[in-house]
Parts: sequence; structure tokens; C-alpha cells
Amino acid sequence: MLEAFLSSTVAMAAPLLLAALGELLVEDSGVINIGIEGVMLTGAFAAMAAAYATGSVAAGLGCAALAALAMSALFGAMAVNLAVNQVVAGTALDIFALGVTGVFYRRMFGVTGQALTVRTLRQVRLGPLSHLPLIGPALFHQNLLVYFSFLIVPAVWLALYRTRWGLNLRAAGERPEAADALGLGVYGLRWQALMISGVLTGLSGAYLTLGYANTFVEGMSAGRGFIALAIVILGEWRPGRIAIASVLFGAALALQFVLQAVNTGIPYQLFLALPYVLTLVVLTALGGQSHAPSALGEPYVRP
Amino acid sequence: MPTATSSGSRGNIVAALGKPLGALAIALGIVALALAVLGANPAATFAALLSGAFGNWLAATDTLVKATPLVFTGLAVSAAFSGALWNIGAEGQLLFGALAAAACGVHLAQWPRPPAIAVVLGAGTAAGAVAGALCGWLRARFAVSEIISTIMLNFIAVQALSWAVHGPLMEPSRAYPVSQALPPAACLYRFLPPSRLNAGMIAALALAPACYVWLFYTNAGFELRALGKNPRAAAFFGVPVGRVAVFAMGLSGAMAGLGGAVQLSAISHRLFERFSPGWGYEAIAVALVARLNPLAVVPSALLFGALDNGAQAIQRAQGVSPVLVQAAQGLVIFVLLAFDTPVLASWRRRGAVREDLASGRADA
Repeated sequence: MLEAFLSSTVAMAAPLLLAALGELLVEDSGVINIGIEGVMLTGAFAAMAAAYATGSVAAGLGCAALAALAMSALFGAMAVNLAVNQVVAGTALDIFALGVTGVFYRRMFGVTGQALTVRTLRQVRLGPLSHLPLIGPALFHQNLLVYFSFLIVPAVWLALYRTRWGLNLRAAGERPEAADALGLGVYGLRWQALMISGVLTGLSGAYLTLGYANTFVEGMSAGRGFIALAIVILGEWRPGRIAIASVLFGAALALQFVLQAVNTGIPYQLFLALPYVLTLVVLTALGGQSHAPSALGEPYVRP
Repeated sequence: MPTATSSGSRGNIVAALGKPLGALAIALGIVALALAVLGANPAATFAALLSGAFGNWLAATDTLVKATPLVFTGLAVSAAFSGALWNIGAEGQLLFGALAAAACGVHLAQWPRPPAIAVVLGAGTAAGAVAGALCGWLRARFAVSEIISTIMLNFIAVQALSWAVHGPLMEPSRAYPVSQALPPAACLYRFLPPSRLNAGMIAALALAPACYVWLFYTNAGFELRALGKNPRAAAFFGVPVGRVAVFAMGLSGAMAGLGGAVQLSAISHRLFERFSPGWGYEAIAVALVARLNPLAVVPSALLFGALDNGAQAIQRAQGVSPVLVQAAQGLVIFVLLAFDTPVLASWRRRGAVREDLASGRADA
């Protein structure tokens, strides 16, 4: 029971972590992308459609990344180059993605939505470690995307804090005018962050369809992109803490399954609402966003 | 954060029509192109959309019915966005409003009609106001981004509503997850049956100018707009930023909540899951097309109501999914944002500087 819960926690945390790390890069460059929810949904749909058409999981992952890149590019053109309001543009992207995936889904698979299933990411057992009691399955018997999402945490940290690129990126998010004056190319840096984030968020969407749902449902990202935004705040814009926060929210999502199985007599909607309530409570307890990059959300127009 | 694309300007409504209508035309052009690529006939699809929205008396009145909740939520979003308060939660506030209205309404069978209706609408308004003000307070007191908190409340509202119709409010036979129908006493007046025209529309029409007057002719409205234009300057000149945020978010939520109560009391009479097809999100497009002007919200809501109403017809006629309208909404917002880009002004400025340099007036 506890073993299943822990395993489910890690599995649920992975897509949140992928999306949150992507959002971290974007926010560190000074852009807030509320459209991450839509990017994730697009990734989920593209993964399902491609995996269904080709029978290949790898093709699904690739198409998810490409589709998510396209969505991120749309947002980048608006938010970076045209310097429009980022919150409104992000919300528009969410609405747009919901519509576009819906249209394509019904076009390709009909309104009835027959129980489509696709091949899923294989669970990889890491040798005898996976037989460890309690934590074995949680840490060493997951699919490749789960390992990937946790392994890139140190990579993101290194990139942000131990490379020239990371320094430049953070400069673009703290003082874009200064970064620009130094010839760092604020637009370019923000685009690079958006493109990396697009790939990560696309994979996180692919995880929803190929990793555990096995199918696509309209609007299936169900706020996970928004939760990733909260995770970045909760993680105080640091990769390590973001990983911990993702696990916390993964646990909140996993709790639904465990508690529904036990039949506690508590209405199940309460468990479904738990991650969202948790987000509110945690952000309130944290009180403030003093860790946010200074220029977060402010469009930068080259003078 | 800077103001929205076009923070509420009083200006001449007619003169301001150009950009929104142009944006709409461009967005619909893109949709037509996409339709052609998808293999549907764009002209026939738009014709079906139009006739679905205005083809006959019933269709036309139903467009008004579909526009009504959008007026309420559109006003809610306009008011909040005018103060750079990013209320993405009109959806949740509307649902909380409908939930409270249903919870009160079912107990009012013995009441005379006017007070029963007043209680139902009052409950919805209050519930929406609390949901909105809570987010305003979390922002003012704990610096919790209202963007995140309002979005979270949307999801919480969906679950609360689902719980209510599976639990305490479930209809007596307990066969379906819908609430008991409101007693006739708690239902808003309807006119000219079989159309669904109702008193809620009059309330929506009255609320728009009231909201306009509040926003442009009262101190509170001025303070809110000042907050939207420049929060730091507003605070410096003594605008109580926190109090304005709580009040404006409460007011915004109240209007969305009232919209939910009106929808319940006038049209659906029952609560069920997926009560709202996304009126709170669509409201963002409605408000932006109206350029955050409360008076312009009415025609803007009509336009989107017509799109929604016509969308049902294109499914039947052309086999095109009505969710297409959602994609179009996103596009409309994108095009509108692009129209208002500050980059153009910067280019023009740079061009002017270059000309000055060329003509040797650089020092002027």
C-alpha cells in the first residue's frame, strides 16, 4: 500500500517536474508563461496522435516535443518580440490549445472518443535496487521519462549557476536593459529558454498520454501546467527545491488513488481538489514572491 | 506588471470599433484557412454558423441567451483587468455563484416570487464576491499571485460543484448527478415563450452602464484604474492598493457569481457538472475585444454568444467540431494583442530618430 503510494508519487511528480523546470528557465529569463498548460496539452495530444499513427513511442515523444515547440514559438513571438502582456498572451495560448487539440482530436478520432489506447513507455527496472522494500519500485522501477526528469535537475542547476549562458539568462530576467547594453541579446536568450521549456513541457505532456493514461482526453492536462507554475514559486526558483516541491504535489495527486481505493467515506471530490487547495495553502504560507526574477512578466522593448 | 492590451479607455465606442473588428476578421480568416486545410468548406461553415446564430427568431433569441452569462463574466474580467488584477477566475466565481444560488433556491418553494428571486441572485452574487475577494486579499496580505489563486479556485469550484450534485443537492430519486429543479418561485421571469428571453438579460444590460459609471465616474473606479496604469505611482499618491485590490476582486467576483445565479435561475433551473462551457475563460476574449470598456462588453458578448450559438449548427451542417470556436477565441486574443504591440511605436520612434539624424537635427 505505502509502496504503491510512493511509487505513484514519483510517477505523478515527473510531469510536474519537467514542466516546472522548463518554466523555471523561462521565468529566469524574465518571461512568465501561463500558456504552459496549453503547451502541455498540445504535447499530450501530439504524442498520442503520433504514437497511434506510427505505433512507435519514440515518434510520439518526438512529435510531442515538436508540437510543443510550435506552441512555445507562437507564445515567444507574442511575448518576446511583440512585447505584449504575457499573462493575457499565455491565457490565450491555453484557450487556443484547448480548442486546437479538441478540433484535431474529434477530426481524427471522432466525437465518440472510442477507447483509444496506445503503446506506453516501458517501465525500466534498475537491477536488484528495484527490489528494495518500500522505496525500490518508487525510485528504481519507473519509465525512462521519470528518470530523465529527475536527472535533468542537476543539469538545469549547472546550466543556470555554473555556465556563462545561465548567468546571461538570469541577467536578462533581472535587468534586461543592462543585459541588452552588454550585448547579451535579451530576445535571443528568452527564445532559447522558451524553446528548451517547449521541449520539456512537450515531453511532460507526452508523459500524460504515453506514461500513464494510455489515451487522450480533451483537456486532460487538468491544471497540471498551472500547478507547475505554483511549484516554481514554491521552489523559490531553485532547481533542487523545485524537485522537492514537485514530489510534494505528486504525493497530493497520488493520494487520490490510494484514498479512493480505501473508501474512507470522504467524498472523492475532496481528494481531486486537494492539489489545488494545497497550492493555495502553500503559497499563502510562503507569503510573497521575493525570490522572483526582478523583471518577471515585464515585456522588454529594445529602446 | 503593465496594463492589459488596452486598459479601459472611455473614448468613442464607434471610433474604437476598428481594431477589435479587424482582429476578429483576421482571426476568422485564419480559421477559414484552417477549415480549408482540414477539408471542410469554409464558406458553407460560416453560412451554417450565421444561420445557426440568427437564422430564425428562436435562433436569434438563443444567441441573446448565450450572450447573457458572457456579459456578466465579461464585465467581471473588464473591471479586474482595468486595475491590472489578473482575474482568470471568473469561471470559478460563476460556478460558486450558481452553487450558492442552487443551495438556497431549492428551499424557497413556499416563498413569494420576488423575494425568492432576490435571495437566489443575492446568494450567487455573495458567493462570487467572496471567491473573488479572497484572491484579492491573498494578494494584498500574503503577496499570493491572483493569477494562480484564481486559477486554483476554478478547479476547486469544479470539484465543489461535482460534490454538491453527487451529494447534498442531488435530485430526490438519486439517479442522476443533477440538482433538484428550482421551485417556480425561485425562477427568473421569462418572456415570449417558447423563446428563453428572460429578466436576467435586463439585469445584464443594466449592469454594464452601472459598471461603466463606477469605473469612470467614482473615486473607487479611478483608484482602480490608477492601480492598473501604474501601481507604484498609485501607491505613492495614496491609493490604498491592498484595499482597492480586495474590493475590486470582490466586485469582479460578484458580477461573475451573479451571472451564474442568473443562468441557473433563468435558464437551466438545475445544477449539473459542466454547468459552464467555459464562460469565465471566454470572458477574457469578450473583455479584450471590448477593450475593457464595460459598455462595449455588451456588443462583444453578443458577438461571442452568436459564435457559440452558431457553433452548434456547424457541427450538424459541416461536421466541424464546435470546439473550433475556442481555437478562434484564442486567435482573436492573439491578433488583438499583436495590434496593440508597443514594438510598433518603438520602431516608429527609431525611424524618426534616424530621419532626424539624417537631416542633421540630432541635437534638437
